[in-house]
Amino acid sequence: MSRITSLFNRKRQDILNIYFTAGHPTLDSTGTIIRELSQAGVDLIEVGIPYSDPLADGPTIQASSQQALANGMTLPILLEQIREVRPDTDVPLVLMGYLNQVMQYGAERFFRDARTAGVDGLILPDLPLVEFDRTYRELLQKAGLDIAFLVTPQTPPERIRQLDAASSGFLYLVSSSAITGGNSAFGDEQISYFTRLADMDLRNPRLIGFGIADHAGYATACHYANGAIVGSAFIRALDGGQPLGQVIPAFVQHIRGPQPATSSEYSKRSTSAS
Amino acid sequence: MHDLTTSSYHVDTEGYYGPFGGAFIPEMLYGNVEQLRLTYRAIMDEPEFQQDFHRLLRDYVGRPTPLYFAPRLSECYNTRIYLKREDLNHTGAHKINNAIGQILLAMRMGKTRIIAETGAGQHGVATATVCALVGLPCVVYMGELDIARQAPNVARMRMLGAEVRPVTSGSRTLKDATNEAIRDWINHPEDTHYIIGSAVGPHPYPDMVTRFQSVISEEIRTQLLDQTGRSNPDAVMACVGGGSNAAGAFYHFLDQPDVRLIAVEAAGLGIHSGHSAATSVLGTEGIIHGSRTLLMQTDDGQIVEPYSLSAGLDYPGIGPLHAHLIRSGRAEALSVTDQEALEGALELTRLEGIIPALESAHALAAIGRAAFQPDDVVVLCLSGRGDKDMATYIEHLDQSSETSTP
Repeated sequence: MSRITSLFNRKRQDILNIYFTAGHPTLDSTGTIIRELSQAGVDLIEVGIPYSDPLADGPTIQASSQQALANGMTLPILLEQIREVRPDTDVPLVLMGYLNQVMQYGAERFFRDARTAGVDGLILPDLPLVEFDRTYRELLQKAGLDIAFLVTPQTPPERIRQLDAASSGFLYLVSSSAITGGNSAFGDEQISYFTRLADMDLRNPRLIGFGIADHAGYATACHYANGAIVGSAFIRALDGGQPLGQVIPAFVQHIRGPQPATSSEYSKRSTSAS
Repeated sequence: MHDLTTSSYHVDTEGYYGPFGGAFIPEMLYGNVEQLRLTYRAIMDEPEFQQDFHRLLRDYVGRPTPLYFAPRLSECYNTRIYLKREDLNHTGAHKINNAIGQILLAMRMGKTRIIAETGAGQHGVATATVCALVGLPCVVYMGELDIARQAPNVARMRMLGAEVRPVTSGSRTLKDATNEAIRDWINHPEDTHYIIGSAVGPHPYPDMVTRFQSVISEEIRTQLLDQTGRSNPDAVMACVGGGSNAAGAFYHFLDQPDVRLIAVEAAGLGIHSGHSAATSVLGTEGIIHGSRTLLMQTDDGQIVEPYSLSAGLDYPGIGPLHAHLIRSGRAEALSVTDQEALEGALELTRLEGIIPALESAHALAAIGRAAFQPDDVVVLCLSGRGDKDMATYIEHLDQSSETSTP
């Protein structure tokens, strides 16, 4: 069973998935960020592969990607960093990136190398369903990697079923049709979209992302789905210039909110492991 | 227009030209692109649409554009050269053909807001023009660097009522303006149509833009028949950045194997100088702006910023149709440096009294290298006029007169 599936078997609620861009703020901060996040009790970690042309991302993630590329981050370096940090944590690691880089690395080789390094799943926003069915599904299964597809408020029900069927691990609910880093407050339309998805009895757990920047957004996402994905707000926090060892636990605490984190399981485990 | 969809050089039902094309887009764009994919052919085939389109091309754009036999240029190269005068279109280039088509399509799809990307500003001007024509709001994304380089076109767009939004992300040129327009479309999934200016982007854009531009080769056939008694030339030449004027000039000859198709790319300071836009030579297969095609990139798959003195040709990719035509051997690719293009522009100006756009000058500069026979009939698509390039031309003229005076 994959680390992602076993996470959701153990814990169905209040899942917190934090996104950061590999190579930002510095080339070698990847390992430190992953360790700090897992010690702070984050349930899932999404590692962004920095790309020159990130179509689905807003200004914050674009800027972090540019910084990461200027710092010299490449896909082989990233996989090596993940291989090094993997023994220190059991938190599932998901790589998020654009298909062009996967193609250049060679899809089959990339999936195998990522799995070997300790990656558990992928998010490839510009991978079309038709291409997935044609070649990628089999390659991913062979490598033992999960893949999460995105759905949006505009996705028709029939296509939601297809994307759910193609996904393994979890389904990524884009909160509004928007690039990352947008507005935080959820309106009535979004709430009805979340409810509609909740009532569809989908096979995968649902995580809501895009525009979640604070505890209120996180709590709403946890209410209507299995949890939340936070990206741009975390990158802005990292940009504040404070030491990672301080800013990361404080940020996670801020998102989780006043209640003590219910998911102490991970932090205990990773603390005892390290 | 006869149906040529059975040909291997035309887009297939899944949006591919051989291995190139497709729609590699995030789910947030799926609804818009799918709506377009499902409706574009049906709308374009409506007799009423065709009527409106051709009426505007005739009465507003000024079509058909002349096919002009260029006697002194022909003599110079010892072959028979005909220029397809897209430079005489309203707004000064072929870009308006596609802008007219897409604005009519957008209105039939019920869209109320238009966005576009632009590099040199010709497509931005064409889009701002058609938006003024029908009274729709228009936002044009343009790289900050290009805004500084193309001030006259920025002024034209503003006068036409468009909002020109400077793009500060990435390399701040055409590639990033396209990214930003796509992000805008993601953020406005209901009311907005994105008028892409070249034969690039996710399916159905390359096919749609090609079909709107195919009026160029449709006219060439008729005009050539009138003037020479034959509708097929021996060769058609056009410059290629993304490739919309070439796609339009080639379209009706794709299935005529006796017609040579010659695509001319910008070599910038030289193909291997590190400052070039010759994508068919330097590019490898990958994905750019939602299309699988040839593009300039690093080993790690990061898209590389191309270079050409001409702002209309410095695109790091090439339309999927052209990638297929070149890779399959149907089209020949030549490349021309900045310097050669400048000389080509001056040559046409002095021989025929026509100042071409710097983009079109690349095609002109390649004539001498295409090994034409004296009785060959060559059609060259003169895609735009040179008004926007006057500052560049004058600088070149001053430099060459300095070096030639003792």
